[in-house]
Formats: sequence, structure tokens, C-alpha cells
Amino acid sequence: MENQFLKNIAEAISKEGKIRFEDDFRSYNEWDSMSALSVIAMVDEKYQVRITGNDVRECKTIQDLYNIVQKRIQ
Amino acid sequence: MSFLSIPNVKISGISVCVPKKIDLVANYPGFTLDEAEKFSKSTGIYQRRVSNQDQCTSDLCIYAADKLIKDLGWRKQDIDCLIFVTQTPDYLIPATSCIIQDRLGFSENIYALDISLGCSGWVYGLSVIASVLSNGMMKKGLLLAGDTALRGVSKEDKSAYPLFGDAGTVTAVEYNQDAHGFDFHFGCDGSGFEAIIVRDGGYRNMFNEDSLVMHNEGDGIVRNRMQTVLDGMEVFSFGITKAPESVTKLVNKFNLEIEKIDYFVFHQANLYMNEIIRKKLSIPPEKVPYCLDEYGNTSSASIPLTICSRIRPLVDNEFIACGFGVGLSWGSVYFQTNNLVLSQILEL
Repeated sequence: MENQFLKNIAEAISKEGKIRFEDDFRSYNEWDSMSALSVIAMVDEKYQVRITGNDVRECKTIQDLYNIVQKRIQ
Repeated sequence: MSFLSIPNVKISGISVCVPKKIDLVANYPGFTLDEAEKFSKSTGIYQRRVSNQDQCTSDLCIYAADKLIKDLGWRKQDIDCLIFVTQTPDYLIPATSCIIQDRLGFSENIYALDISLGCSGWVYGLSVIASVLSNGMMKKGLLLAGDTALRGVSKEDKSAYPLFGDAGTVTAVEYNQDAHGFDFHFGCDGSGFEAIIVRDGGYRNMFNEDSLVMHNEGDGIVRNRMQTVLDGMEVFSFGITKAPESVTKLVNKFNLEIEKIDYFVFHQANLYMNEIIRKKLSIPPEKVPYCLDEYGNTSSASIPLTICSRIRPLVDNEFIACGFGVGLSWGSVYFQTNNLVLSQILEL
């Protein structure tokens, strides 16, 4: 699931090149106001999990996002 | 469970009045041309109607009401019930519906009520007016719904100003023994009350000397505490979850056949969000009309405005409508129409 999550994030925000769990996603050139919505939509579609605006605001890295999704799946 | 079935009432007609002034997203000073293009592509919004500073929602609704009464051939003295759904009333006190009763020249023998809801307001308002009329003691009613939201949004708030548009609508509802009536599902999650909020001016935080101080919130947002805050991410996460859930619950509860529904009319939030909702419900695009391009997000006016501006009704039609937003609050409704009268859209 871990690799697939990275792939899904990359696809959601149209990020090219390497993407790692420890990345601060806000530092990506591709990150803009739409990216957060794309991530929320992707998680809803692929994992049937709701992450809120506050969740995204509190996350710094992709790992943080992954942890939330992981926790809510279970 | 928050389901409701109200028989023996039907929608007879809908009218709309929008402000004359058109505001193009491409001309919004907070956007570069590139940003404006990107915004319009993702939200589906290209222009909106903007009220003048002396124009109230009630003014738009009153003009639209006069038109609809004429188009339906109703008499003013026959109207027993008047409900006004808005979050931009004339005054904090009294209720605007009382003022509207007088301005429209309606009888004193009338049930008049204000309801404070936004994006879900038309669906909730419909449930109230339908309940009032359902047993036939009162026979005809008008549901007025709309907002002049842009008057309460900072022009320097690019997260909100280009999204909203102003409009007033009127939905005529009447008692009819043969009518199927309405089937509803409702929901509310007050933990999200700050997702769309005006912080000052109510009784929690009364208007004070700091209320008009402009704050720079970053990301192209400068606003004061009397102006609307819109947390786009929060509303988005809520909308793509709750709207499809609500429609699914409605369909399952009342054994509705999705294929038989002619139109699914959703609150016009923004195209990106609405299309996710549509796809989650596997509804074909031709059954989901949009008027976002021309009018933006018009709060409680958006469902009747979409019907009035985008649908050419057949003799018989079946609808599902779903409103969701500020509160957070949501509601879905199934109804049938027969020779629905849609008035020509007015400007004021």
C-alpha cells in the first residue's frame, strides 16, 4: 500500500520526478491551492476515507497524510 | 433518521431575479490572467451577478414574486404562506418575511417566517412550506430563497469573492390532492460551523470597534470580521462526502429509480466539487445541469436558479435536488412536476 499511496499522491498533484514519504509537500513546485483539494478527493476515491481541511493543514509531510489515512482505514 | 415524506403538495412555478451588474472573473483584480483562467476552469465560474450597495435579497425576491404570481395567474389574496430563506436579511430585527408581506401587498391572514440557512436552505425551506400546506387548510404559498452574499465578502478575498454570486428566487408551492408531494433526507454537522462564517455582528461577538479592522490572512486574503470566511478545503471535504451520501440515503429509503429521474439538481458549489459528487453517484452528465458559469455560487438560490435557467420542463418531470454547505447543513429532496411554470429571468 505504501508505494501505491506515493503514486496516488503524485498523480493527484501531477508531480513529476521522485516523491518520498519524508517530503514536505508544500515545498513542491507543483503544490498550489488546488493540490489540497486533489489530495482530499484522491483519498476519498481510493481509500473511502474523509480527510478534512484541518487534517491537511496539520500535516507537513506525505508520511503525516499517510498516517491519517492508515488510521482511518482501520 | 431524518427522513420526511409530505404528500398532497407540488411546485407550480419558479421565478428568479438577479442584479443587473455582471462581474467577470477575468477582470478580478486579485488574479493574474493565468490565475483567473485556472480558477474558471476548475470552478466552472466565469461571471457572477453583483448587487448594488442599496440592493437587498428581499428586493430581488419581491420583483421575482410579482412576476411569478402573474405568470401563474394567482391572486395575491390567495397566498396563505410566505417563507423567506436567507442569510442576508434586511435587518437583524425584525424578520424580513414580515416586511415582504407588506411590500407585496399580501393579506394579513398569512403565515410568514424567516429561515436562516444558505446552500441547503431551499431544500429545508421546501420542507417547511410543504408541511404548512400539506393538509389543505392553507392552499398556496411562496418560498423565497436567495442571498446577496457578495455584499458581505471582502473584494480582497480571492478565496471567496470570485466564487459567490447574488440572486433571489421564488418557488410557488400549492396544495393538490393528487400530487405525490416531497420525499426528503436531512442532515447537519455543527462541528463544522466555522467552515463558512461571519465572526462578528451576531450576539456571540457583537459588532465592536475592531469589527471593521482589515486583517491580512495571507494567500491573497484581506478581510474584516464582518465579512464572510470561507474555508474551501473544509467545505470541499464535506461536500464530496455528505452530498452523495444524502442522495443515496434518499434513493434507498424511498425506493427511487435513478434511471427514471430526469434531473439531479445540486447546489452550485463549484464544478470540480460538483463533478466529483456526480461521478460518485454515477449520474450521466446530461442529467446534471449547471449554471455556475453564468451565476457562480448563489447560496440558497442555486437550485431554483439552475432549474429556471437551464431546464426546459416537459409535461411531467421527476427531480432530485440536493443542497449542502454552510452550517454545515445538507438536505436532499425528490419531487415530481407537472406543467411546471418557469418565468423568464428578471434583472433589477
